[in-house]
Amino acid sequence: MTDAGPTDGEAPAPEPEPEPERHAGALVTRSRGQEVLHPTLDTYLDTITALWDEGFDMCVDVTAADYLERPPRDLPPDIAPERFELVANLLAMDPPRRVRVRLQVPEAAPVVPSIWERYPGVEAYEREVYDMFGIRFEGHPDLTRILMPEDWEGHPLRKDYPIGRVPVQFKAAPPTR
Amino acid sequence: MTPTELSDQSPPQPSAASWVGAAETSEGRQELVEREETDPLELLRERGAVLRLPEGFVVDPGDVDIESPEDETMIINLGPQHPSTHGVLRVMVELDGETVLRTKPVIGYLHTGMEKTGEDLMYVQGGTNVTRMDYLSPFFNECVFSMAVEQLLGIEIPERATWIRMLMLELNRISSHVLFLATNGLDMGATSMMIYGWRERELLLAFFERVTGLRMNHNYVRPGGVAADLPDGWRDDVADIIEVLPGRLDEFDSLFTNQPIWRQRSEGIGVITREQAVALAATGPILRSTGVPWDLRADMPYLAYDQVEFDVITGTVGDVFDRYAVRLNEIRESIRIVHQILERMPNGDYRTQDSKVTPPPRGRIDESMEALIHHFKLFTEGFKVPAGEVYVAIESPRGELGCYLVSDGGAKPYRLHIRGPSFANLQCLPVMMRGGLIADGIAVISSLDPVLGDVDR
Repeated sequence: MTDAGPTDGEAPAPEPEPEPERHAGALVTRSRGQEVLHPTLDTYLDTITALWDEGFDMCVDVTAADYLERPPRDLPPDIAPERFELVANLLAMDPPRRVRVRLQVPEAAPVVPSIWERYPGVEAYEREVYDMFGIRFEGHPDLTRILMPEDWEGHPLRKDYPIGRVPVQFKAAPPTR
Repeated sequence: MTPTELSDQSPPQPSAASWVGAAETSEGRQELVEREETDPLELLRERGAVLRLPEGFVVDPGDVDIESPEDETMIINLGPQHPSTHGVLRVMVELDGETVLRTKPVIGYLHTGMEKTGEDLMYVQGGTNVTRMDYLSPFFNECVFSMAVEQLLGIEIPERATWIRMLMLELNRISSHVLFLATNGLDMGATSMMIYGWRERELLLAFFERVTGLRMNHNYVRPGGVAADLPDGWRDDVADIIEVLPGRLDEFDSLFTNQPIWRQRSEGIGVITREQAVALAATGPILRSTGVPWDLRADMPYLAYDQVEFDVITGTVGDVFDRYAVRLNEIRESIRIVHQILERMPNGDYRTQDSKVTPPPRGRIDESMEALIHHFKLFTEGFKVPAGEVYVAIESPRGELGCYLVSDGGAKPYRLHIRGPSFANLQCLPVMMRGGLIADGIAVISSLDPVLGDVDR
């Protein structure tokens, strides 16, 4: 008999809710041992600034994911899931450590403040996210398509953008004579 | 010249009103324009080294005022079919004479949507997709993808598989760096170096073919281990390679490092400072050439890199020569690691015995119906990976190669993102090229060692 609970009939004193873990003002979860921060759209820049002050010198990667099909995902209870998720990977060199920032971006208004002023190296990454997901970055100096042609319609990595949507035209082989 | 003409040229007396916003000068009326009235395009163009122009920017030749001496800069395209741009890289450069002012790398010509394709391939098939991204270091792509899948699955790979991976990664690093020396030499006019570089690379590709069956795009490193054990006689093959290479590297030293022309061509060219490199998220030899001793193998060890000895090579200036020297000496360090791997290669399984990800051995399929079904289901339905997300990074020859993988619990990745080091490193190009000559720009592009398959994915 291990976890059978109290047997004397007396209700146990309710344990105080543990304060949710926070780092740089954002809620923390762990994914396979990696630290993940969940700021909101309002606190995103503050979290990034706080991480910068902590010594996270480099923003090695910014990408996004489209959770249109609502797969299970690990979020703190206070964070409402949205369709898009912006994922930024920060790196500190001394001591070496990483942290990942996941930001919920609503489908209705996919606009996020750019962290280009803090990390100039995200310029190409934010352009790629804009190109592939249609998430716009406020304060980005040159938010244009980077991989797709400038006049391309749609954002290919969205889940409602099917593979093979573009018709491929095969022309008949020209007559030999 | 008649007196009347002279009097016409005398400047008119400024009236009181004209001082408010404008002044008549000998070169005409000059006035400050309100900031709001300045064309936003003009404002953007004035920020730093990056040329922020639309990619389709075209000037009608009829609009160019040839007579006017004011606008002496011109914007030209280098690439995407230029022989020195390492693939289909297009660089828009703003030139003042031969001096480069601002630069904009324009990419996407090799974009084939591999991240989207990755969402449609099972984890067992994923290796064939990612290996084609950075086609000069395919083992690294496969390895980072496999490590991400293994971390989501929560499985450990056998010790021998770890060391086989390290062996192939280090040999791949050598083959990638000798190809850098070859192309770098070619871009700077040392044509013989190109032939030498391809010759050394051939040694390594022949070994890769013996192990994996393919010279490139191997799909050899797979989730759970590697596809096959090392073939008989691999020790002799590897020993031959690392016996030949050091002498050849010394030849390159005398060909390049001690050669005054090469040094004049590369020293002090394309300098990037430590702060700029960190801010632009440059990694790999570019970051190390500025003096930052950052190498994921040493600072955040993966596989068994904490059990081998090697030095992290750094430069001091961050110029083209430093980037060349860092890579040349990294080959020597890789040879050092390969020596240790040869001594310490453990025996055992080359892939995990977890039957969830590993098919039954070939022999069992002939005698056991269950093994046949198991094999069939594994390769038609794949294996399911628990839901979650993970970011794994390793040190590729070009810098930090990362894989962000999201699983929804199915047999295919929900989201597969590869952080290509060349993609981030390319952002250093405008900083490095600013103020240099266009001929040095070729050397700078070459010293970045971009692989466009990695940039565009």
